[in-house]
This record gives sequence, structure tokens and C-alpha cells, in this order.
Amino acid sequence: MNTAECDAGQAAGAAPAAGAAGERGGLPRLLPEREGGGPATLAGHLARHGRLPRVGRDTGRRAEFIAEVGRAGLTGRGGAGFPTARKLAAVAAGRGRPVVIGNGTEGEPPSAKDKVLLAREPHLVLDGLVFAAELTGARRALVVVHPAVREIVHTAVAERSRAGHDPVQVRVLTAAARFVAGEASALVNWVEHGRPVPTRVPPRISERGLGGCPTLVQNVETLAHLALIARYGASWFRSLGTPAEPGSMLVTAMGAVRLPAVYEIGIGAAVGDVLALAGGPAAELTALLIGGYSGIWVDQAAATTLPFSAAGLGPVGGSPGAGLLAALPAGVCGLAETARVARYLAAESAGQCGPCVFALDSIAGELDALAAGRRFDPARLHRWLGQVDRRGACHHPDGAVRMIRSALAVFAPELAQHARGWCGGTRPAGVLPIPARTVR
Amino acid sequence: MTVRARLRADPIACDGRGFCAEILPEMVTLDDWGFPIIRDADVPDALLADAGEAVRLCPVLALRLDQVSGRSPARGAPSPPAGCGPDT
Repeated sequence: MNTAECDAGQAAGAAPAAGAAGERGGLPRLLPEREGGGPATLAGHLARHGRLPRVGRDTGRRAEFIAEVGRAGLTGRGGAGFPTARKLAAVAAGRGRPVVIGNGTEGEPPSAKDKVLLAREPHLVLDGLVFAAELTGARRALVVVHPAVREIVHTAVAERSRAGHDPVQVRVLTAAARFVAGEASALVNWVEHGRPVPTRVPPRISERGLGGCPTLVQNVETLAHLALIARYGASWFRSLGTPAEPGSMLVTAMGAVRLPAVYEIGIGAAVGDVLALAGGPAAELTALLIGGYSGIWVDQAAATTLPFSAAGLGPVGGSPGAGLLAALPAGVCGLAETARVARYLAAESAGQCGPCVFALDSIAGELDALAAGRRFDPARLHRWLGQVDRRGACHHPDGAVRMIRSALAVFAPELAQHARGWCGGTRPAGVLPIPARTVR
Repeated sequence: MTVRARLRADPIACDGRGFCAEILPEMVTLDDWGFPIIRDADVPDALLADAGEAVRLCPVLALRLDQVSGRSPARGAPSPPAGCGPDT
């Protein structure tokens, strides 16, 4: 299987490095150095990176490694950006024998980075998972992956198992095909009960997660970085990125770019430079959706100089999220795109919390009317948008509202046009992928 | 030390019966669909009794009154469940 098959059908496979290794300041770290080819074999992986250091059962040595991860400043690459060392320490100090779970659910439809990483470098992710198990004292390790890459990961796990490579046995599970399935409590719920919906907090899953055990859930890209920090250390890790947000990150560049694919950047690279890496715009652009479907729209002129980092995107209300950069070409109505995504996000509600079930559906209805140039009530829409924040068990509704609010600001000129009953769109909406309805 | 308390709803358990907003309108309003919006503030002493009443009367036990203080909350220390004990 090639990597083009393992994405959402938008971004192609792993992008080549821009020239020989090292030419882009030590990038790529996670992705392969050469374009094309199948998944790295265990032998190929070990030839590139060497063996993972063994931690063993000495708690002092574990603490030293966790401190090194802290010095590296690694944060979660699944969207929330939580410091990895703090999670490791919390789970290691938990009551009972911990469990570690690698999260390769990637329920975000436009995102392909976790699938591409697993398809090309499964052993780097598995190294990180095994290392996290050693750091926390876990004897059980699971990796939950998108169905598109399940076979590759199974094969990689079998290869390691035959070689007697790991101190813990790794189980591979297939992720549920839902937007919220990758939320940490939903992931635990999926593994344990087959229900991919969030559960209430507290208890935190780091205290009582899978089977009541302290549970570490880490995005697969985070685990791949962890596997490299284990080998090369904190100073090496910090030689890319910014002092406050060190390291590299994977970005899925899609929409109206010439070379839609997954790229690896130093955190803090300018959005315009990331676009250039993706071959530049394939058309005149109006706006960019940054972070994911719960990210923010930014006007394209304002976006290009923004650093792709929490510090760079925070002031405009965004974050790197799961590393999406989607380019909207002129001629496609941003309000129509937003209405499609809002309807999808409303439908992807787990159906548990009133504000998410009712408000998102109502808001999506208003946006449908707005996009279609039918009558809508702006005051009511804004009241509803104001009634959602932090009222769900998870942050799904908050993210939807954030994205919609940014659209109403960025597409203000279009909003005025739609209010007068016409739309400047000359091409149908459909830049952002919406999965076909799946049977639940 | 004054006891500070926050009213919190479990959004999964809540099904919007609305008793809390009737009993404690000072702290709870309802959104357009009848689900509670709880003021993001400590419950004043004068309302603590009503808040306790709202918690008791919630038909789906979705409402709770959490103490917030400088100290970390006293934790019960349940044993880890079978399957993740220290030696399993």
C-alpha cells in the first residue's frame, strides 16, 4: 500500500525533504529522508536511528528520562499541546500498574499526518510507545490506529515481536471512524466498552483510565518525537523550533496548494513558508483554515507572516492544533465551506450533552440558511454561539464555535453579500473533505 | 476559613429538567433549549442552602456543589482495581 491511500483523499503521501537531509536545518526528523517507498522495516529503522536506550525498572533512571523529556519541552501533537513530561510523571506516579495508549485515531477528516507517519515510520511510533511504557512502568501498551494503516502497523508489531525487540507486548486496535473518537476519554471508552464517546471528567484518565488503571494517552506523532528524544536528548530536540515551543511538527497542507501533502516544519515557521513548502498556492487564496476543523479561519494576507506556533497563532485566537493548513481558493465561498463543516461537526456530536446536541445543530441550521442566502437572524446566531463555551463534557462544541466565530469575522464581506441575497462564489464548496455518513 | 463552593453540572447526566434554575435563579439560567448555564462564580454564603437544595432535587443527580479551597481536596484512597495492582 502506498501512502497516498492512507490519507483522507486530499493530501498526498509524505512529502520529500526539500533536498538532501540537513538542507532544511535537520529536517525531516520524523518523516523519511527520501520520497516514495513503503513503510520502514525494523532493520531500516534501526540503521537510521539506532536502538532505543533501555530504561529498565530502576525508578531513578525513569525519573531522569522523564526530566530529560521535560527539558526537551515536548508537547502533545494531537491538538491540545499538553506537556508530555507532566503526563508521563502523573501516570508513573499513579496508583496501580499504568497502561499506555498510542493515539493514531486521526478523526479529523482533512488531516493525514498521523496516517502518513504510521504508514512510513511505524517503528518510530512503536519505539515511542514502548519507551513511554518503560518510563511509566506500564506492562500493557496499545496503539489505536486509523483503519487505513492498520495492516502496516500490525506488520511492524509482528516484526518486532518475532525479533523479541521489546520488553512489552504491543496490541494494535482499529480506531472508530468518528470526529470525537480521538479525544482521550473517548479513546479509553472505545478500547474498554466499544463506545467512542467522551466520558465525564473527573476522574482524569491519568489517574483512573482503562480498567481503572492510570492511563497515558499520547498522539502517535508525540510518541515518535519521544523516541528521538530518548536517543538524541533534549538539546538536540531544542535545536529546532522556538525556545518556548521547541522541536518540529507535522503539518497537513491541503486545499488550494500545488503539492498537498504532509510536511515537517520547525515549530514557528511562518505560515507563508509552510505554503511555499507545499509548492505555493495553486490559485489566488482568500483565507486559510489553521489547526483543524476546530481551528480558525485567517485572512490569507494576514496569515502568511504568522508563525505556525501557539505563540504565533494565539493572538489571533488560534493554535497549531493537529497541524492542519487548508487553503481556500478565491471563487469558493468561505461561508458555504463553513456551513458544510459546521453541519458535519454538529452531526459528529457524541449526542451526550445538551448544549452540543441542540446548540450545534441549531447553529448549523442558521449557517445553512446564511450560506444559501435565506433569511437568518444574526442576533440569534450570536446568542447561540455565546451559549456553548465550556458546557460540554469535552471540547468538541467549543472548537466548533471557535471555528464558526472566526469564519464570521474573516468572511464579513461575504456575510454582507449573503444578507443581500447573493453569493460571490463561482465554484461549488467542497474544498474541505466531509466523510460520507457512516453507519453507527 | 470560609468555605468557597462552586456549583457544577455533569453535562452528560443533565437532561435539562430545569429544577436548578427554578430553585436558584441567582446562579442558574437556562439556555434556549432548557439546559442550565451556571454562573462561573463562587456560590455566596446566603445561597448555599438553596444550592444544596438544588443539588438534592436534581432528578438525574447531575448537579453537585464542589468545595474549592486553598488546600487540595481530601481524597479517598481507593485501592487500584484488580488488573492494575502493583504486581499484575
